[in-house]
Amino acid sequence: MKFMMIVKHPENQGPPPKSLMEAIGKLAAEEATAGKMLGNGGLTPTAKGASVRLSGGKITVTDGPFSEAKEVIGGYAQFELASKEEAVESAVRFMELHRQHWPEFQGETEVRQMYEPGEFPLTK
Amino acid sequence: MVVMATDPHRTENPQTDIHRTIDAVWRIESPRLIAGLTRIVRDVGIAEDLAQDALVAALEQWPQSGVPDNPGAWLMAAAKHRAMDHFRRNTRLERKHEELGREMGEKEMAVPDLNAALDDNVGDDLLRLLFISCHPVLSTEAQVALTLRLLGGLTTDEIARAFLVPEATVAQRIVRSKRTLSEKKVPFEVPRGDELAARLSSVLAVLYLIFNEGYSATAGVDWMRPAMCEEALRLGRVLAELAPQSAEVHGLVALMEIQASRSRARVGPSGEPVLLLDQNRAQWDHLLIHRGLAALDRAARLGAERGWYVLQAEIAASHARARTPEDTDWARIVTLYDELARVAPSPIVELNRAVAVSMASGPAAALELVDALTADRSLENYHLLPSVRGDLLRKLSRFDEARVEFERAASMTRNERERELLLDRARSCVTASDQPQ
Repeated sequence: MKFMMIVKHPENQGPPPKSLMEAIGKLAAEEATAGKMLGNGGLTPTAKGASVRLSGGKITVTDGPFSEAKEVIGGYAQFELASKEEAVESAVRFMELHRQHWPEFQGETEVRQMYEPGEFPLTK
Repeated sequence: MVVMATDPHRTENPQTDIHRTIDAVWRIESPRLIAGLTRIVRDVGIAEDLAQDALVAALEQWPQSGVPDNPGAWLMAAAKHRAMDHFRRNTRLERKHEELGREMGEKEMAVPDLNAALDDNVGDDLLRLLFISCHPVLSTEAQVALTLRLLGGLTTDEIARAFLVPEATVAQRIVRSKRTLSEKKVPFEVPRGDELAARLSSVLAVLYLIFNEGYSATAGVDWMRPAMCEEALRLGRVLAELAPQSAEVHGLVALMEIQASRSRARVGPSGEPVLLLDQNRAQWDHLLIHRGLAALDRAARLGAERGWYVLQAEIAASHARARTPEDTDWARIVTLYDELARVAPSPIVELNRAVAVSMASGPAAALELVDALTADRSLENYHLLPSVRGDLLRKLSRFDEARVEFERAASMTRNERERELLLDRARSCVTASDQPQ
């Protein structure tokens, strides 16, 4: 089963401690070598990004930062795991590293199973 | 219409923004545009000119009117208008004008209908464009340049920087290629039957050549060089969707995905190459490995006899699946080389097979195979032969002979870093032979 882990947090909490980045790197390496983590990435600040919004039949492109957003997506990882429980456990381990190395950090990791190819529901 | 909301405090010039957007649109749309136009005008050179004319029109109009909702269709309509003008002006091509007028009269010029016309043919047209760009009537360098230009949407400058040749050389190659294709009246079609396999192998060779240009480039050099890996991978993936029934296409894609997965691990901190068995496997890109194994799966499910790219990919996959070098299934790799030697016999395949044999069965068995190769004239200047022989001799504690082989290998390579590595190994044989046995 494929899962997407989406890390969300209020922006501007400052840079993460080096020890956290090292711990995350080590965890990522273990999970990658075990064939569980298929890909991952950290996202650069929203100031560098853009939003493409569709609303009322109109598409609007706005450059960042997005000051109205309470939380932004900080990073993601894609996993191949046997169950939702495993996925949650993986996310817990990831957040536990934050608790150990950066206790002031506020944020959440959303765990979402991905549709298998061909499984995506169509309305007609 | 897409509205750009800009912060009044931003100092960036809105003109540069629109130009960058148009550049991005061009990169995305130009291959399909040129492919569709080539089908209509039956000439790649004219098609590219018309597409460029449409781009000029976009550069003139979009800064005022904004980027249209369907930029591809807009560009196609603009190109077709200019095509009509072109043929109307040129009285010698009157008949072509009539044909064209008929063809365009069949479909309304209104945007929605244009979309339908485009969608029906887009996949096939792109495939035709790829085949014509890799036509054997052109030299390999020309095929590479034309493919990167027409299907990659790269500029002459970008192509020149990627291959370390002067821009004028690339420009010439492209101009001459289009003229040759026109003069020889090369048809705009996907080859069939027996011809398909041979022509496909040209296309795959061009893509792999582009990939290797990027793969062999070192970091810190012009970024266009490593970008060639991505470009080749992208085109390979497109080809896999357009020609899903070819196992070798999936094989090539698998091979490139898996090789690309090692890019971070292949180079050491001071830019020195790191051999496969010494690489830090945690730095391998597992998403790419996953994609590579999936592509190999698609090839296997087609049930065809395994070809060159599929077998090379299977060998790469054997390494990719091993968590540590010790986990490598060397016996499997040996049988894959056996199969490869049947499909595409060559002394280089035999040499690689010998290396696998040494890992599976020990250096003595491998040395016998390598000794048989030293008589092969075609390997006379191949530095990896003495290098491998030196390795095997060293493993058998025949240090003096090993040193001689490494020194010979070092003298045969023009790559400074490799030379140093080989001389280092020669030196290590001297120290080793000094140790008590």
